[in-house]
Amino acid sequence: MAVLEAAKTTRPPAAPPATAPTGPVWAAHRGAVVAGVVAVWVALWALLRNRFTLTLDTASTTDLHLRINEIRDSIDAGRNSNPLFLYVFNEIRLVIDALTNAISGLIAQPAFGRPVPLLGWLGVVAVVMFVAWALGNGRVSLLAGAVFVFFGLQGLWTQAMDTLALTLAAVLVSLLIGIPLGVWAGLSDRVNRVLTPVLDFMQTMPTFVYLAPLTLFFLIGPASAVIATLIYAAPPAIRITAHGIRSVAPATVEASVALGSTPRQTLFGVLIPVARRTIVLGINQTIMAALSMVTIAALIDAPGLGQNVLKALQTLDVGTAFNAGLSIVLMAIVLDRVTTAMSERVEVARLMTPQAIARRPYLLGAGALATLVCVYLSYTFANYAVFPKPEGSSLGYVGDDVARVADSVTTWTQTNLTFLTQSWKDVSTAWILDPVEHLLVESPWFVVFAVAVLLSLVIGNLRAAVTTAVCLAVVIGTGLWSDTMTTLAAVLVATVLTVLIGVLVGVWMGRSRGADRAIRPVLDAAQVLPSFVYLIPFVALFGATRFTAIVAAVVYSAPIAIKLVADGIRNVSATTVEAALSAGTSTLQMIRKVQLPMAREALVLATNQGLIYVLSMVVVGGLIGAGALGYDVVAGFRQSTYFGKGLAAGLAIVMLGVMLDRVTQAASGRTGGAKKR
Amino acid sequence: MPGDLSPVISVRDLWKVFGPKAEAVPKSEELSALGRRELMDRTGCTAAVRDVSFDIAPGEVFVVMGLSGSGKSTLVRCLNRLIEPTSGTLTFEGEDLLAADAARLRELRRLKFSMVFQHFGLLPHRRVVENVAYGLEIRGMGRTERTKKAMEVIELVGLLGYEKSYPDQLSGGMQQRVGLARALAGDPDVLFFDEPFSALDPLIRRDMQNEVIRLHHEVGKTMVFITHDLSEALKLGDRILIMRDGKMIQTGTGDELVGAPADDYVRDFVSDVNRSHVLTLRWIMRPPRPDDPLDGPVLSRDVLVHEATRVVLDSDKPIRVMENGELLGVVGNEEILGVIAAVTEGS
Repeated sequence: MAVLEAAKTTRPPAAPPATAPTGPVWAAHRGAVVAGVVAVWVALWALLRNRFTLTLDTASTTDLHLRINEIRDSIDAGRNSNPLFLYVFNEIRLVIDALTNAISGLIAQPAFGRPVPLLGWLGVVAVVMFVAWALGNGRVSLLAGAVFVFFGLQGLWTQAMDTLALTLAAVLVSLLIGIPLGVWAGLSDRVNRVLTPVLDFMQTMPTFVYLAPLTLFFLIGPASAVIATLIYAAPPAIRITAHGIRSVAPATVEASVALGSTPRQTLFGVLIPVARRTIVLGINQTIMAALSMVTIAALIDAPGLGQNVLKALQTLDVGTAFNAGLSIVLMAIVLDRVTTAMSERVEVARLMTPQAIARRPYLLGAGALATLVCVYLSYTFANYAVFPKPEGSSLGYVGDDVARVADSVTTWTQTNLTFLTQSWKDVSTAWILDPVEHLLVESPWFVVFAVAVLLSLVIGNLRAAVTTAVCLAVVIGTGLWSDTMTTLAAVLVATVLTVLIGVLVGVWMGRSRGADRAIRPVLDAAQVLPSFVYLIPFVALFGATRFTAIVAAVVYSAPIAIKLVADGIRNVSATTVEAALSAGTSTLQMIRKVQLPMAREALVLATNQGLIYVLSMVVVGGLIGAGALGYDVVAGFRQSTYFGKGLAAGLAIVMLGVMLDRVTQAASGRTGGAKKR
Repeated sequence: MPGDLSPVISVRDLWKVFGPKAEAVPKSEELSALGRRELMDRTGCTAAVRDVSFDIAPGEVFVVMGLSGSGKSTLVRCLNRLIEPTSGTLTFEGEDLLAADAARLRELRRLKFSMVFQHFGLLPHRRVVENVAYGLEIRGMGRTERTKKAMEVIELVGLLGYEKSYPDQLSGGMQQRVGLARALAGDPDVLFFDEPFSALDPLIRRDMQNEVIRLHHEVGKTMVFITHDLSEALKLGDRILIMRDGKMIQTGTGDELVGAPADDYVRDFVSDVNRSHVLTLRWIMRPPRPDDPLDGPVLSRDVLVHEATRVVLDSDKPIRVMENGELLGVVGNEEILGVIAAVTEGS
């Protein structure tokens, strides 16, 4: 396709061949047009610098923000009289609260008239190990047991159980809604068509932004946290279930129908069992997403480990943040390993000898009995109920040590490696981040507006340009233009870095089986971690700055970009590569002229996904000094006078997300279309 | 086809058109006469099956043959209504199949028809025995009974010892045996085969063809067999229907197709066949000339050419083809060599 592109640019536009796309003249010189637009922009910036920039102080608010505050007040006042609240929102809240409290009373918080939860730590550890063993295997059971005991040793037992309870509640609701919807979308094309854009939107929205509006309807607390988690965690379950149902071989379904199955028999006898493994994978994704969101929901007072991280981040107490972050990581690893083992269970069961199959019920019975004994002990004796803690320690047996070690490592790097981290930070800030930010923030708003619309038209298409215009108009309406530009600058820089890393590592992985085998597990593990914990090590390294948020965002979004590029390179047909090789292509030529151009769609997709991930992380960076929109959102959570501003900032973030998503999607559609020609 | 038996399946004027307002195409004389390309341009429709009629006798192996895109797979799916025909009539054992409602159709599929698929269509999560028993299970048969029945069929198709395996642990040929066993387990009246052996290696394909011939001898079911492979069609088929672009080109026994092709398309199709293995003497005999000595060896007209070759070449007189004491014609070296030489030329 590189050849095709080159031919397109050198061909005189006056005489296009019949098969060439009949686009506007600029379509043939896309790169030149983009460069021209940027050059004009820089010139205008130099001329009109710092005028018409629509800046708003951090502490100021606009009429719109105050108006939102008033709306919130009136909603608060009508919470117990408005029928919509009485019969809909409050009911939903009560049901979800009841569910959450029940699970929480079981494992986390004092309930049912007891000073401790029903199950003490010993009981929870036993149940977790038994479930992991019965549904997964012995190895993950041991891992789960060890990690759960470690929570206790860290002094974070209660918080870990709070997080687990909230995650379980959210996962339960997500699956209850997600799996039937997924099956339906798998069976019906129409449902699938309706659901897909809704799910797209749910997944592109940065997690941060829907927390505040939800509290408006469901108050601060577990209900809002669970619903926020549901929004984030149900889409993977729906999508993957639908995909699983759709991927069942048509011949298998046809065979079942030809034998005279009723639709119900085909669904329960063929489609769901065959798709089972995929559905369990969807459950895995949902659980990981739920855990990630539950930790972020600490911002709206959801209990659990997220609270510890959040408080520690706010006071820049790296040791404590690290201790709690470690718990989250371990929790994520356990949940991931156990559900993965569950999905592999089918294959494992196949390989069992007849003796092992015959023995299994007895083993399970014995395990259940032992679990029951532990449960009884933990129900009855205080030592097995509350995780013991040594005298005079704040964080339990090892928690203090973990925190201390993390602190000293941080202090050591900050004193001894400053020349590295500091210079790296300063150089990148001065040479990359600052110029982009100046250009965006200091240009008059109408210049940026026009440039953005033009570029959307050139990179994407007319529809993308219209979307951009609408989104930016809304941003102006929110009164947060300047903050949006700051955030956009960070997002753009982080995305460029992400794509750069994605291409470098992705090409390497795509070309070398060995590299793929070595790197992929690391990426898989990285993707499992909740976004929150990414901030901790970078705060330790770079302190609380814009740069920290950008680095965290790049590291957070690099895995998905790398994987997409690697898969794209790998999917280039082996025959084509072989043909190019036999024509005497060198390695570099192979990458530049064959593999990258043919993987172009994957590259655009990697950019698109990178953008979405980066945006959500840059916003979270508001917690650690990234400022701009992220800060506005966080301030909205903390101070009720900034509620309206926070909500407006959320809206601006959504607009930014929609705009970037649409433009890159349009670009990817264009390259896809070019390929078909 | 044997005329004294009423047909199991009777198809008349069957059409299957895909696309918007499909039902208008068979009704309109103008549209139904259009070629594939023009029909697509005019209506956006594709006619996969055009005006097909035939009867299938009980116990017959009826082969539908055509290249890919000829509509043969669509045709066989119309017969058990996995695909709904657009128009025409379809009778099964005297019953109007197109009038059957969903429940009746399911009953027929459970008890009367079964099908073997090109890509097997096995359930990957079930063992062989559970796959074979699936059809019985959905009828509501108890576990013990259906397992017993399944095991009988597994033995019949030569899969004994593999009943506990999962499909993906078997080779392609073995998997198709499972598909065959599943189709036989319900003891249907009619077996539909949709290119069942196309995905298999040549040697395994030959084994499976012999397997089908053996099973046909043992269980005597009516079979409708779809294939794109002429030698497979000739080997298995009592009668063969040749399709092209959804239309029937010719129906007849193997030697009829080879001996009297209906048009150039069929002639081209059968040109590579080893004619001496398909044609019988009746296709090459000629009326005796006055100078022919009429005291040579006697053979029946249904003797294959390759079986008669030695006799003809060894005799210095033309052989006589006789039936009921009547002289039908004679075959000399010239006629035999005509067939044999054509083969050498062809290969």
